[in-house]
Amino acid sequence: MRHLLSTDELNRETAIEILDSASQLSRLNEDTTRKFPTLQGKTVVTLFYEDSTRTRISFELAAKRLSADVINFSAGGSAVNKGENLKDTAQTLEALGADALIVRHSASGASYNLAHNGWTSAAIVNAGDGTNQHPTQALLDALSLRQGFNIDDGKGLDGKKILIVGDILHSRVARSNLALLPTLGAEVEAVGPGSFSPGCKYANLDEALETKPDAVMMLRVQKERMNQPLIPSDKEYSRFWGLTEQRVKKVPNCLILHPGPMNRGLEISTYAAESNNSLVLSQVKNGLAVRMAVLSMILGGKNETI
Amino acid sequence: MRLSSCTLANGEIRDLVIENQIIVGIEPASKNGDLDCSSLRVLPGFVDLHTHLREPGFEQSETVLTGSQAAASGGYTALFAMANTQPVADNAGTVTQVAELGEAAGLVEVRPIGAITKGLEGKQLSAMGSMFNSKAQVRIFSDDGHCVSDAALMKTAMEYLQPLGGVIAQHAQEPTLTLGSQVNEGEISRITGLKGWPSSAEESIILRDALLSEQTGCRLHVCHVTSKLGVELIRWAKQRGFPVTAEVTPHHLVLTELEAKNYDTRFKVNPPLRTQQDTEALVEGLVDGTIDVIGTDHAPHASDAKQQQWDAAAFGMTGLEQAYQVAHKVLVHSGLSDWERLAEAMSSAPALIGGVSNHGRIEVGQEANLAFIDPTKSLRVEGNVYSKSANNPYTGMEFASSVVHTMFRGGFSYKDGEVKK
Repeated sequence: MRHLLSTDELNRETAIEILDSASQLSRLNEDTTRKFPTLQGKTVVTLFYEDSTRTRISFELAAKRLSADVINFSAGGSAVNKGENLKDTAQTLEALGADALIVRHSASGASYNLAHNGWTSAAIVNAGDGTNQHPTQALLDALSLRQGFNIDDGKGLDGKKILIVGDILHSRVARSNLALLPTLGAEVEAVGPGSFSPGCKYANLDEALETKPDAVMMLRVQKERMNQPLIPSDKEYSRFWGLTEQRVKKVPNCLILHPGPMNRGLEISTYAAESNNSLVLSQVKNGLAVRMAVLSMILGGKNETI
Repeated sequence: MRLSSCTLANGEIRDLVIENQIIVGIEPASKNGDLDCSSLRVLPGFVDLHTHLREPGFEQSETVLTGSQAAASGGYTALFAMANTQPVADNAGTVTQVAELGEAAGLVEVRPIGAITKGLEGKQLSAMGSMFNSKAQVRIFSDDGHCVSDAALMKTAMEYLQPLGGVIAQHAQEPTLTLGSQVNEGEISRITGLKGWPSSAEESIILRDALLSEQTGCRLHVCHVTSKLGVELIRWAKQRGFPVTAEVTPHHLVLTELEAKNYDTRFKVNPPLRTQQDTEALVEGLVDGTIDVIGTDHAPHASDAKQQQWDAAAFGMTGLEQAYQVAHKVLVHSGLSDWERLAEAMSSAPALIGGVSNHGRIEVGQEANLAFIDPTKSLRVEGNVYSKSANNPYTGMEFASSVVHTMFRGGFSYKDGEVKK
């Protein structure tokens, strides 16, 4: 694997290989010696054009656990503010010897351009591009689901029914999971109000939950991506589509995921977030392991192509 | 000068005799002319109603000279230069400057298009009357690149222009439906995560403007139609007798939204590439005359403006150098239509709409503006030869036929693959 740009590009075998490797690393992360020499001498740059403290520190810690040198480049206060374009920034980082760029950008396709336009020979890991893809998020969701369902390493999510709920249109998390989870054998349905999830068959979450999903993934309502409000009010959204206490009680065995940061009381209630079926904290933990697995696969010498 | 054994659009083989810029004779075919045209189709020189020459203001992308060279190499003898320059062509001085630069280049007739509104801002009418009466004789008015979205302002512009006899060329795009839009709304926006651009944004304005043209009597030219429903609306308006004409670009005839799947910014264009079904409807509309003309929307951009992430890259692609080849592919090579329709869509219809009566016809007494086609000279496109910009969407494609010479006002502006120095 040369780059990780999109879950569309992952076949089942590679996806399971990443999950297995992450699963192993996640157990090792519990040990006291938590540092591995895998990427010694490699330089990894986190190139973030959008603020995302959670994702950035997760990647940074993953690279450090693997002994890479890590440089954090954020668009605020850098040459970008002085008008430097993406191509020039990439070439500058290449000249400094970056082996991998972990890229977060507001433009869909920015990572694809960096990987394929000849601007840099560094490996590219997409850490979120516009409304397009956030592949490590989907991988960590898949790992959390596999653990939550007590499925062994080496296997997928075959036969599991997963509901993705909310702002599908603006969500790279939804898009990444809609590509990855079916590759792993799961049945996935995206639901939400029509202005978020065009073509949705259900009028509200209650109807959608009647399909008896094995897990629900609640998406964050991303107000910052809407040119104009696509829902009448927070209150109405929560009434129709929020994962309230009553709804959680209707599906007692259903696992609950949320990519964070959560809008408590809007798309997810505190009851749901903190229930026994919630995987929210294991998602964060698995994020670190998945990112370590991806970085070692890309920079650690294995040369599979996908 | 005698051009011997020219095959004309209707298949007749004739000698053309040219003197002092004028066609003085159309005579029985012979073999002893100054130029043997026995293997060539000779068509009236092409007329483009939709070119961005970028001068003044954006000379890093194109100039009147380089755009004229690209046009001559593509068989064009007249082109209409869009108003979105800097300064904007919204006054008699700027349009006259552009026309004079065209005369100085001397390769095609350059006819400026005037802005409908001052500064293309969509707020206040520009000095349309002064531009109409200027030396540049502006006949087409457009805010191209921007839609005149205010319905009342569009109605006023049409009412004002109607008695003068000009044409409003509208870039149909309801702006509230396309904030931040990047690619067609549908399969491609789903694949790429790029913001969708619904075709209803275009169709709603086409319908509105058709109704206004009927009410005001002002001629409306719909720029670059892209969708099946858009074609149907124009067909309906024409059946009702509304004074509406329409244009399609070469790229919307042969390229689809799927070109954008790898974020190759050469395919970022406004309006966006649509679906296969749309391209088929556009070809059908072009064949049956619902769509009157092929207009290039030649939109050169310097490499800096294109070597960007998709959202930041400029909209537009070049077209002057390949428009004929695309027209030949969809009309003649496909077997769907014929040379006469090609000559009409590329030359006589745009000449009529733009009011350049010295173009568009091969007749005794007409100015000698001609395109010479080798129907069997195939060409693999390797990029633009004359345009200053490289954003050519056809690079790598192969076409079955080529322009070999172009005659402008009785002299060769392009001959044997070389533009006149």
